[in-house]
Amino acid sequence: MKRTIIEVRDLKKVFHVGEITVHALKGINLEIKEGEFVAIMGTSGSGKSTMLNVLGCLDKPTSGSYHLDGISMGELSKNELAGLRNSKLGFVFQSYNLLSRTSALENVELPLFYNSKVRPKERRERAEAALEAVGLTDRMHHMPNQLSGGQQQRVAIARSLVNDPVVILADEATGNLDTRTSYEIMALLQDLNSKGKTIVFVTHEPDIAKFMTRQVVFRDGHIIREEYVTERNNAIELLKSLPVEELV
Amino acid sequence: MNYTNSVKIALSALKRNKFRAFLTMLGIIIGVASVIVMLAIGQGSKKSIQDQMSGMGTNLIFAMPGAEQKGGVRMGNSDAKNLKLTDIEAIERNCPAISDVSPEVRSSGQAVVGNQNWPTTIYGVNTKYFNIRKYTIGSGRGFSESEIQSYAKVCLVGQTIVENLFGKTDPIGQTIRYKNIPLLIIGVLGEKGENGMGQDQDDLIMAPYTTVQKRILAITHIQSIAASAASEELNDAAITQITESLRSSHKLKAGEEDDFQVRSQAEMVQMFSSISDIMTALLGAISGISLLVGGIGIMNIMYVSVTERTREIGLRLSVGGRGNDILMQFLIESILLSVFGGVIGISLGILATQITASIMSWPVVISVFSVVMAFLVCSAIGIFFGWYPARKAAGLNPIDALRYE
Repeated sequence: MKRTIIEVRDLKKVFHVGEITVHALKGINLEIKEGEFVAIMGTSGSGKSTMLNVLGCLDKPTSGSYHLDGISMGELSKNELAGLRNSKLGFVFQSYNLLSRTSALENVELPLFYNSKVRPKERRERAEAALEAVGLTDRMHHMPNQLSGGQQQRVAIARSLVNDPVVILADEATGNLDTRTSYEIMALLQDLNSKGKTIVFVTHEPDIAKFMTRQVVFRDGHIIREEYVTERNNAIELLKSLPVEELV
Repeated sequence: MNYTNSVKIALSALKRNKFRAFLTMLGIIIGVASVIVMLAIGQGSKKSIQDQMSGMGTNLIFAMPGAEQKGGVRMGNSDAKNLKLTDIEAIERNCPAISDVSPEVRSSGQAVVGNQNWPTTIYGVNTKYFNIRKYTIGSGRGFSESEIQSYAKVCLVGQTIVENLFGKTDPIGQTIRYKNIPLLIIGVLGEKGENGMGQDQDDLIMAPYTTVQKRILAITHIQSIAASAASEELNDAAITQITESLRSSHKLKAGEEDDFQVRSQAEMVQMFSSISDIMTALLGAISGISLLVGGIGIMNIMYVSVTERTREIGLRLSVGGRGNDILMQFLIESILLSVFGGVIGISLGILATQITASIMSWPVVISVFSVVMAFLVCSAIGIFFGWYPARKAAGLNPIDALRYE
């Protein structure tokens, strides 16, 4: 029996925008086990971003329960949530969100700065190991503007890995990338997943969702479809089938 | 979260924007430097006034005729003739706190030697006057008691007189004519330079007071009394004793106003010190305003910086930074800016002070107090003006901050 990483029960989220009340999530039940690679899909306004914010402990649900790695987030204070994000979660964003004029290595070190238990020497070693895991050992001291989009996203993935989180939350992580680079990123994520990392990946692209083990589709605040992917794509094989572009 | 990490984060954030950090600091640098320079100049002028005043003798006491009343009508001070030689004798008898006392009579006019003339003042004094006013005899000799008794036509001259009327020749033994009275020069006074108010203290002739009284002014009263207290500590006692002595010799009843004024050099020093204190405070206040403007500059930049770095703040929050961590980062950034600026400003201020001192030859005093104060004010500015932008940054919602465009 695998460990349950995410357990959501009857989760509701209501926003009040002026006099209008928006029911963004209307009673979500979701369970994600260790080692899963889950796609959260849906059109804009379906509630998937709200769901990701709640899963990422950035936002609190209006009602319902959410357990992350066995910890109920309902009773936690703002600071305890920050601590949870620091120790249990890794974020990958669509626009990378790297600090400009800051080397790849220092960008990756960032989450560990907020963990007072990690000494400077260990911080450096862990950041180097994370960059090695995403294949950027030779780019450690480059600034973000000296890196391609794909490389920047790899740095962001290394940053999400550095604190050894129980789950990586990716928000449209391939949204800004071309097909080949997207597949390269997916290959990296599949590789991490095969080594046991749990990943939740928000996307609206069905072909990207095919790289994952399970798809959860949102519409109007409900989960309308939930299924395991039967014909899962392998990113490395797909990369081989792409027409070879000339390297400049 | 420990403070070392906060400082490291703030430092690397500043390093990413070196030029802007420098521009932000510039306001503080200029403010602090000007505070240091202004206070140094203010305190320097105070000190030089004090030094020059005490060069005249801090235990110097003057008595001058004061408001005289005749049948209810107050007479002007300058015409009063109520100080007499008997007052001097009384002071010598009655005032143990006074070591030396001398009458003083003055006259202004042209001094003539051969075909040269020069406007100057002749002082009629006794032998103790040199000691009281700290005049030395550069060459020749002073006059004697018997010369005072006999209204002898002898005098000593100051350096300015020597330069203007004699040039290179030795004045001793020569005759100088003052208001048609020929006076034999028996000595030259040692050079004293200017006093605190810029008066040339070497532009004078000194003669026995009897000579000036009888032969030049044709008066029997004296114009003022110069005395010196036996020591600085006895200043106040000396003033009281002189006042008592003069009141009794002028036969003033209790309740009657003094018909003379007693002034001490210490009082004058205090007065001039307080004038230059006011000047220092003014200069300090003006440069303090520029320091304040520098602080507002920091606040402005930090505020803009918070808005500009909203996404960075969102990211930091999402990777586990607490509101407090963000607060500390921005607060430390502004403190670093103002403290670095302060240190540079202090060094620059000290440098500028030295340059001012050497080019303008102004007296300057850099006090530890002004340096420490400038430094503390800088840190306070950093905290005060950094607080509001830092609070704003710490209060950001991570979701909104991450999506901020």
